[in-house]
Amino acid sequence: MNPPQPVTEVDIALTVNGENVTRHVPVRQNLVDFLRDTLGLTGTHVGCEHGVCGACTVRFDGAIVRACLMLAVQADGTDIVTIEGAATADGNGEIVADLQREFHQRNALQCGFCTPAMLLTAAELIAVRPQASRDEIRTHLSGNYCRCTGYQSIVDAVEAVCRKRAGAQP
Amino acid sequence: MKAPSFSYVRPESIAQAIDLINQYGDEARWLAGGQSLLAALNMRLAAPSVLIDLNSLPELGGISVHGDKLIIGAMTRHAEIECSPLVAQHAPLLSLAMPHVAHAAIRNRGTIGGSIAFADPAAEVPACCVALDAVFVVAGRGGERRVRARDFFLGLYDTALQAGEMLLAAEFSGVRPGERVAFRELARRHGDYAIAGLAARATVNGNALRDVDLAFFAVDTKPVLATHAVAILQQGTVTPERVQLAQQALAQDLAPQDDVHYSSAMRMQLARVLLARAVSDLLQAAGVQESR
Amino acid sequence: MPQESRGATVSAAGRRDGIGASLPRTNALRLLSGRGQYVDDINPPRCLHAVVLRSPYAHARIARLDVAAAAAALGVVRVLTGRDVAALCDPYVGVLQHVPGMQSAPQWPLAVERACWQGEPVALVAAATRAEAEDALALIEIEWDELPAVTDAESALDPATPVIHPELGSNLCFERVVEAGDVAAAFAQAAHVVEAEFVTGRHTAVTLESRSLLADFNSADGQLTVWHSTQVPYMMQWIIARHFRLPETQVRVIAPDVGGSFGMKIHIYGDEMAAVAASLVLGRPVKFVADRLESFVGDFHARGHRVRARMALSKDGEILGVEADDLYGIGAYSGYPRGSANEGLQVSNLVCAAYRRGAYRAVTRAVFQNKAMYGQYRAVGHPVACLVSEGLMDLAAAKLDVDPAEFRRRNYISPESYPLKLAGGPVLEKLSQHEALEQLLQMMDYRGLRAEQLQLHKQGIHRGIGLASFVENSNPSAATYGQGGVSIASQDSCTLKLTATGGIVAASSITECGQGGYAVIQQVVAAVCGVPFAQVKVVLGDTETTPVGGGVWGSRGTGICGEAALQAGKALKANILAFVARLQESEASLYDIRDGRVIDASTAVLVMTLEDVARTAYFRTDQVPKDFQPELTVTRSYAQKTWNGAYTNGIQASYLEIDIDTGFVKMLKHWVVDDCGTIINPLLVDEQIRGACVQGMGAALFEQCLYSDEGQLLNGSLMDYLVPMAGEMPDIAVGHTCTPTATSELGAKGAGEAGTAGASAAVLNAVNDALRPLGASVAEIPATPERILRALGRIA
Repeated sequence: MNPPQPVTEVDIALTVNGENVTRHVPVRQNLVDFLRDTLGLTGTHVGCEHGVCGACTVRFDGAIVRACLMLAVQADGTDIVTIEGAATADGNGEIVADLQREFHQRNALQCGFCTPAMLLTAAELIAVRPQASRDEIRTHLSGNYCRCTGYQSIVDAVEAVCRKRAGAQP
Repeated sequence: MKAPSFSYVRPESIAQAIDLINQYGDEARWLAGGQSLLAALNMRLAAPSVLIDLNSLPELGGISVHGDKLIIGAMTRHAEIECSPLVAQHAPLLSLAMPHVAHAAIRNRGTIGGSIAFADPAAEVPACCVALDAVFVVAGRGGERRVRARDFFLGLYDTALQAGEMLLAAEFSGVRPGERVAFRELARRHGDYAIAGLAARATVNGNALRDVDLAFFAVDTKPVLATHAVAILQQGTVTPERVQLAQQALAQDLAPQDDVHYSSAMRMQLARVLLARAVSDLLQAAGVQESR
Repeated sequence: MPQESRGATVSAAGRRDGIGASLPRTNALRLLSGRGQYVDDINPPRCLHAVVLRSPYAHARIARLDVAAAAAALGVVRVLTGRDVAALCDPYVGVLQHVPGMQSAPQWPLAVERACWQGEPVALVAAATRAEAEDALALIEIEWDELPAVTDAESALDPATPVIHPELGSNLCFERVVEAGDVAAAFAQAAHVVEAEFVTGRHTAVTLESRSLLADFNSADGQLTVWHSTQVPYMMQWIIARHFRLPETQVRVIAPDVGGSFGMKIHIYGDEMAAVAASLVLGRPVKFVADRLESFVGDFHARGHRVRARMALSKDGEILGVEADDLYGIGAYSGYPRGSANEGLQVSNLVCAAYRRGAYRAVTRAVFQNKAMYGQYRAVGHPVACLVSEGLMDLAAAKLDVDPAEFRRRNYISPESYPLKLAGGPVLEKLSQHEALEQLLQMMDYRGLRAEQLQLHKQGIHRGIGLASFVENSNPSAATYGQGGVSIASQDSCTLKLTATGGIVAASSITECGQGGYAVIQQVVAAVCGVPFAQVKVVLGDTETTPVGGGVWGSRGTGICGEAALQAGKALKANILAFVARLQESEASLYDIRDGRVIDASTAVLVMTLEDVARTAYFRTDQVPKDFQPELTVTRSYAQKTWNGAYTNGIQASYLEIDIDTGFVKMLKHWVVDDCGTIINPLLVDEQIRGACVQGMGAALFEQCLYSDEGQLLNGSLMDYLVPMAGEMPDIAVGHTCTPTATSELGAKGAGEAGTAGASAAVLNAVNDALRPLGASVAEIPATPERILRALGRIA
């Protein structure tokens, strides 16, 4: 069997927000640029391109990742959820929808640039720690930069969703 | 900040991966978690010709116990280590350290092998490996060899990995009777690189500490075992005076440099504080403390 | 049969009619779903991507520049040099004519002969993709002759220091003295004098959405459309037209969704102007989006003051006089068009402005340096004035052994003094200091916290309580810019039209950058016109479709444009009722509008729905009396002309704990009581205040731009410049007192900057409150762990 050779472009096939997608991509294109520029899913934002601000967070095979620190080619064969499909996705969809409602009610967003990533990041916390404390919420969100809100309304919103969902459990 | 041009290849076996790294040598970089490499590429601080993607080699993953050894494959994600019951049982120091490694999204991709091979002086994982006297399994054209973590980290981003080699796994020899661990780091914000950090283990018998390993990180170009401080701590029992002597002895173990962010005096002060607090952690019943 | 209108949205906490209601924002819904549209989300066909080559040196002459190889690179369409752009764009000079002696050198978008700061744009590459443009940058051949760099503000005016622009004669941008009374006498008579040298770090806004501009010049009809992440589309329109010598009516500027601005995006940037030039040259869309690393050296910086200040006190603790000497280093040019003077102007006006401060003398100097450009950033100068004022107040209180809250209470301006004219120009219309203080002390249980602090101190736990009273300007008049010869509007307008089905569209001249501009207009119009909130649609940010106005800055949006919206709403309602009265052959005073229906004012019986009104006016003109033409589109404008600005007041408190072994500070809680007059939407105001406070906390403990002696920015990445993240920030309790301004019917003053004005002072005072029993103090922010340990003598 011939060993694989390095290439500069590849075909990738993946699922994005439940849709099958196939594209031919330069290997150097990162995942967030692929989502935004190639697929037109501009809800995921670019804030730093060095993995610190969190604005590019998407769900990759069920786990949140920094899309600026992944290559599009690495998404071949994977399942990606971005904000555009997050509220209706299997698994965390309901949590994201609940968060959107609470964020709206509490004005837990102002300019909105950090918001898609905040929602996806918070949803992952609620999914694994539905009884998260305020401190745990703050710690979990500490990788997502927001310059507008000062974070409290976001923490309040996440906490409120936890409480409501706990209240809703039998 | 867009990465420069490079080509990409995804080996289907470890043998292929080693062939590729030998073929391309200095021109190639491993793509493991990518959490450090892609940032460097985006900032054009690195310009490799070839990226060799290790993410499709399942033989590099996994956490398992063989006899008395805990074996963690090089491509195991930090997130998996963070919530592994095997790790909690056999290498609890790693479990304590994981929440301090960046943030959840980074831990979902970053790997133990990547952290070891990159050898950032402020990284948590190398220090834990040094404290635990871990052994790294390395593979090259000539086969496998084992390197002690304590011999592996040579300097700033500099390790004992030779050209044409890759990391396969890290082996931990398990918890000894009466052993406790402590992990503390000081950072300005949660998830930031540490200003100073300490991965510690010891056998605790009442107020006495034996077989103490104190691996400081972020205070030098690599993790440093504070042997002089340890020698003092292991005498008699732990008293405030003994801790003070051990803190003073750190001056013989650590020589941090001034840099744009912190003076060496600052890092030394924090190292002294970490020592005292980690010792206190070790002596506590549960041995687990918050790191601030 | 006319259709029934739907009921109004009723908020849980607020009033039904819109003003004072905490309604969630209509225009936030799309942001929550990832359907916002920021500049980089806009991708017209054949759009090119621009990157700029930036000077690696703080000060260097361009010895040789050859772009031929770059121009021939894959994907590159054009490379522009400084000379290319200078041929298209008139240079600019950022001076305010009403600041005597203010000077600055002419500046072009791209450096022509020399670069004057590390990061100054030198050449622009336009290519099919950003990646290809960056590849081409590496092919630009450039050689530099390094020049000595001026990087220390203290020595910038020394004879031995090189003058950056020899034609100016010195590195002094401007100097201003504000004086009242006899300060020398005050200090001579003083029983006590307290003094300190306060230093603030240089800060940068770090908006999450970086600066972004998309210029599309259609050479067929000469129309230039610019999508710009900006707070001020009309200012941009004027400047682009003026400097590129285009008819203003052919320039359209659109501010779509803006991902944060905080004052940083109201300045003229060379890289953005160069992108406009590229589009003009190429006749196709060119997009420039600054990346994070270039944002650190490219965005306008702020703060970075050294203030030597002192206070003279009588033996009874009366303030006899205050003196301050402020020095700050700006960039190599004063920013355009607003100048880099406003920080100094505010500082020199406002030291101890909240108090009966006696004799006063404040000097401010801004000096040129070979560092990044410098200008407005949230609360402009007020945070520095407050840091100094409140630091002096605490020093005085400690010296006199008076509780800091009590000391403030005793020295606030007496309520009978209002309106109070301060030296330098500000007039304090009416403040609610005493009331705000009482409310704050109650909210935070001040006595309880003091007891807790004392108790914990005995256990070796070091907590601090810090107070900071502040005044903050808002609703600025033409005194800020217009009188300085700068073409920035101090008036705003609102155009309302009744739609064919009885809705209202409000086109207005402010912009939305997350602060709630849309909601304010929507709620005021809904309230005044009597229609459901959801029936009002607001159009903002487009010079083509909105009336002329000033945009948002200086906490002016609600106070000024809100008033325009109120007046427009009243006028539209009056026109509607006059029309209905004419149709009914009756008097307008007998009718009212509620829930989008014209009703009998006394019986509430339906007369006509607004849809009926519109249908009649637009489609059934045969039913309208021949002598009557209903006007259902109205515009009203408003400018605040009574004072230079409508000053607001507030007070903040910080409660924190210091680990004296590590110097780490943990903020435990924060409180604010703010008086911004009439509040349109309490939810939005409170969240603005919280966000603004956190920026001030960032300044107090974390943020500083670190420069080498050679003018290199040493920490220009998000790993190294420490912005506040969720893990370290406290919860912030917000309360209000309410003193409406008499300068408008709405009575609203600004609230957007208040949090930032006072937060750093409150935090620093809390740090010093914790350190005082240990004999240590810190007068420099950020109060980093290292600075605290040095103050404590724990490290050398």
